[in-house]
Amino acid sequence: METATATLDPAARPIVVPGFARPLKAHEMVINMGPQHPSTHGVLRLELIVDGEIIVDIVPHIGYLHRCFEKHAEHMTNYQQVVPYCDRMDYVAAMSNDLGYAVAVEKMLKITVPERVEYIRVIMAELQRIANHMIAIGTYGLDIGAFTPFLYLFRDRELILDIFEETCGARLLYNYIWIGGLSHDVPASFQTKVKNFVRVFRPTITEINNLLSYNAIFVKRTADVGVLPAETAVNYGASGPVLRGSGVKWDLRKNDPYSVYDRFQFEIPVGEGKRGTVGDCWDRYMVRVHEMEQSLNIIEQAIDAIPPGDVQSAIPKRIRPEAGDVYVRTETPKGDMGFYVVSDGTASPYRVKVRPPCFVNLSFIAALCRGAMIADVIAVLGSIDIVLGEVDR
Amino acid sequence: MTPREIADLLAAAFGQSVLESKTEGVPNPWAAVAPDRVRDAAFFLRDDGRLQFDSLMCLTGMDHGGGTLGVVYHLDSTTLGHKFVLKVKVPAADPRVPSVEAVWKVANWLEREAYDMVGVVFDGHPDLRRILLPDDWEGFPLRKDYRVPEFYNGMKVPY
Repeated sequence: METATATLDPAARPIVVPGFARPLKAHEMVINMGPQHPSTHGVLRLELIVDGEIIVDIVPHIGYLHRCFEKHAEHMTNYQQVVPYCDRMDYVAAMSNDLGYAVAVEKMLKITVPERVEYIRVIMAELQRIANHMIAIGTYGLDIGAFTPFLYLFRDRELILDIFEETCGARLLYNYIWIGGLSHDVPASFQTKVKNFVRVFRPTITEINNLLSYNAIFVKRTADVGVLPAETAVNYGASGPVLRGSGVKWDLRKNDPYSVYDRFQFEIPVGEGKRGTVGDCWDRYMVRVHEMEQSLNIIEQAIDAIPPGDVQSAIPKRIRPEAGDVYVRTETPKGDMGFYVVSDGTASPYRVKVRPPCFVNLSFIAALCRGAMIADVIAVLGSIDIVLGEVDR
Repeated sequence: MTPREIADLLAAAFGQSVLESKTEGVPNPWAAVAPDRVRDAAFFLRDDGRLQFDSLMCLTGMDHGGGTLGVVYHLDSTTLGHKFVLKVKVPAADPRVPSVEAVWKVANWLEREAYDMVGVVFDGHPDLRRILLPDDWEGFPLRKDYRVPEFYNGMKVPY
């Protein structure tokens, strides 16, 4: 019996958690959330160090879905073969990933892409942004306890996936945006279907606002929770809706324009703290809702302006960039995705490094959650909108 | 500010420690600095009123082959709207680079990833552990001389 008291004394056998700065105190304990947990949106393990119900610190563990994207990219026999792997990073926004990689390699090759391709890319990327935010908002509702908005959003998401399927044959992983062009031209019914979607979806946004955004329970769970102040957000590397939720007007489509985004009129929605503090979970959520409206505006402007042309005329027969490197970043639905591509003059890339927005946005989750309750971790995690395929690559 | 001016400012402040720079004819203008001065250069680039590089866009660990590793820092100023790249090369035999985590918090996980994949050791990093690979992984997969292991923890890998 004397050993029992000795082992319980934390001073005699300090419990050390790797990643947590000091040994645990006697009243602190560790709770594992994940890797199999519905609210972690995939295989993410969060080691919660708690004092009762209060979060002292969080040590995230990632890598469960690591598929060696960068290693694979180096071993491809040509640059085009990397595109399907890009699809599989952020698998709910595959178009946006492909776009970033294609723009990077085109910049290395100094290719000018036909106007028609640029317009179709913008429409696809914006449809993808809406589809991504539908999942983000829908599953966020699920996390907080609202089931219905998820169903409505997934119903309308089908319309987008149908458009994608009719265009390139795939519903999730498209391999559609190629270096210098597109894998297929859009079908004849494309414009009608996209316009139909815009018409159908605008009322759904109002519906979602009524059901979820201004719902008293939802506001109570998300307002004033997980506040990310604007001063620290840039230093932490936050991007996308997470950064804009903190009130920072920063969108690469306007601040560092690529493709033909400089031709369209749209607003950058930012968090205003209408229900709580600027930079709380509700602000991050609401930025996504407003972004869907803005994406609809871009699509409406672009859909009738698609110029005629051949979408494959600029696809290079042989992709062999000169030795050198290029860094290109694009605004994916999750945030600022950068591709650093290094060429040694051969047909396969020497190094492809991805700067994944989810990976960076997840890295400061502990700072958002310290001092909050365990239930708030779920609200914060959902408001960051991560996809583990991209965190782990 | 033009890349030329940024490189000149850097050269004026760090003299011989700025080894090389290329500001024209490349998509992303860059300067190479001596590894031991990286953190000082980072503080300078962030805090100098003319530069204000408040954002580290990307941090990449590289294997240049021939026993040389490197780290590439892509910087951006969200206030002034200019960009610059800092490059560092270190010998693979002793790949130590000062951590810039104190300058830009975003470097925390990016440096852990560079350590995990390429094996660059970041001095002064608060928590330098593997991040994507298991803790017991051997070797650094993105090194050019890396050989895919046939066994993992005594188990034969079937391919």
